[in-house]
Formats: sequence, C-alpha cells, structure tokens
Amino acid sequence: MAEAPPGQSGPGFFATSLDSVVGLARKNSIWPLPFATSCCGIEFMSTMSAHYDLGRFGAERLSFTPRQADLLMVMGTIAKKMGPVLRQVYEQMAEPKWVIAVGACASSGGVFDTYSVLQGIDHIIPVDVYVPGCPPRPEQIIEGILRIQDVIQSEGVRRRDSEEYKQLLDQYLVK
Amino acid sequence: MMEALSQEQLQLQLRELCGDVFSFSQDNAGMCVAEIPVNQLYQVVSKLYKNDSLGFQFLTDICGIHYPDRKGEELCVAYMLHSLVHKTRLRLKVYVPLSKPELPTLTGIYASANWMERENYDFFGLNFLGHPDLRRILNMDEMVDFPMRKEFPLEDPRREDKADYQFGR
Repeated sequence: MAEAPPGQSGPGFFATSLDSVVGLARKNSIWPLPFATSCCGIEFMSTMSAHYDLGRFGAERLSFTPRQADLLMVMGTIAKKMGPVLRQVYEQMAEPKWVIAVGACASSGGVFDTYSVLQGIDHIIPVDVYVPGCPPRPEQIIEGILRIQDVIQSEGVRRRDSEEYKQLLDQYLVK
Repeated sequence: MMEALSQEQLQLQLRELCGDVFSFSQDNAGMCVAEIPVNQLYQVVSKLYKNDSLGFQFLTDICGIHYPDRKGEELCVAYMLHSLVHKTRLRLKVYVPLSKPELPTLTGIYASANWMERENYDFFGLNFLGHPDLRRILNMDEMVDFPMRKEFPLEDPRREDKADYQFGR
C-alpha cells in the first residue's frame, strides 16, 4: 500500500492537494517503454523477472508502443544514426512522460567515445534520472525507478502546460 | 582441383598477362602483394577477372588506409582478390593523393564492389569515379567528416567525464 499524502482527515473525508493525489496515482502505475539496445537491456530483463520483480513498484506493465508509455527507459549504446529514431519515439509518447538513461552508454557514451556513438542521450532528449553502471545491477535500476517516482510525485499537474517546459522541449528540438 | 599457385608462378603469370606494371612484395603471411599505378587499376583487374587460367573472380574486400606521412600519396586502397580455382589470394594496392582522392570504380567488374566502395567513400572520402550511387552507407547522412582519416580526433573533445580534474589530476 502506498502511503497517503499529508492532508486533513476526519470521519468520512480526507482532504489533500490535487497535485499529491495525481502524483501518487501516476508514480505507482508507471508504464515503462524499454528501449533496450545492449547489455543494460539484459539487466532490465532480470529486473522485470521474478527475483527482482519491478511489479512491486507498480511498473510491471511494459508498453511496447510509445503511445501508451509514461516512462522511456533507454538502456544501451545509442548510435548517432539512431538518435533521430530515439527522438521520434520520445515525440510519440503522450504527456506526461519521463526518461531514464540506464547505464554509462545512454548517460554519457560510456567507453564508446567514438565517431559513431551518441555521447549521452541528453544530446537528443531531456533526461530525468541517470543510472550509472556498466551495466548497472537490477538493484541500481530499481533505485532509478524509485528516484523517478520521487520526480513524478513532486511534479505539479500544471508543469507540462508551463512556458518553462515548452522552452525545455524547444531546446531539444522536440516537437 | 588445381594445385595452389606458388608465389613465383603467380608473379610470372601476372607479368605475362599485364606487362611490367606491378611492383611486388610479400606480407608476413606469405600473401602476394602488388602495388600498381592508379591509372592501370581498371585494366589490370579487368584482365585478372577475365583471364581463365588465373580466374580472380572474387573481390573479398576493399580496404582504405591513410598514411599522413606519404606526401602526395596519402591514401592507399588495397583490393583483396581471390582466385577460387587456384586457392590463391592477391592484394593489389594503389595510392592516391589526399588532395585529389580519385580512382576508377570496379563496379563494372565486380557487383560486390558497390557496397565496399561506398563504405570506403564513407570512411576515407575516396571518390570512386563512375560509381552508380556513391553516398554514405554506414554513417549518418549528415556527417561531413571522414572518420577513418588520421586527422579525425579519436575522442570527442566535448566529453568532460574523462577530463583530468574528474580524477584529481
């Protein structure tokens, strides 16, 4: 059971802010889109399966179409040639949407400091949480999910309508 | 099945067929290496392909090499030819200047040269004159550099996570 947000309660009612209720609902029912290109994806498979079981955090329903996903999990090396594809996937996701860069390659290019590899997906799309490691263990990926839950919980319902958010997307040339 | 040709027999046959255009050497594995002038390339390879007794009908690879110190012939292109009848390989090397990296296409002889010449254009900027569709094949189309040339930086200079200060140096 998720913990109730702070608020006023009495017999038969509970009053709290809409932000915290929406945040509570969103963070405990994330639909992740796994964008797995290399070994970090293998760690993610382990994270999803019985032993680590991401379902405990309400994120067991993977979405293999970006149109139904809330959370883009980029796990693995992204070649420069794949950059536009990744941006298109991000653009196809409906708001609100979040991004986790899992592993050294997605975060910074990792050991592949070379002409063909994108030096971190944050050159292409905005990233909310970075998970370090090469590859990170399932515990670290779960830690990343917990941090993204914090981000989701603390986000106001009107953030995506704000001018700042629009500017952020414009900065990344995201349509 | 014919016996594999010895180096001497192969060199002799090559000279008989094409005249004295080859300067021969050998690599460590004993493979026959021949350097030829770039203006002779098409005729020589065409003869090697068509000649029945030699039968170099398999182009296994085209390989670009950049030698920045060889002034006037900075770019080398090595053609790996294979004769299936003789179980013999031959490496033909031509050199072109960096200022004018032009050489004839071999797509008229080997269909497989199409892919390989595009790859060499992509990485070395070699201009294969007469190629039907010379554009980038592996790298992204927006790329302006030729990343296998030696002047191309090995590492991305914008990356800060490997800078000395990150390690207290």
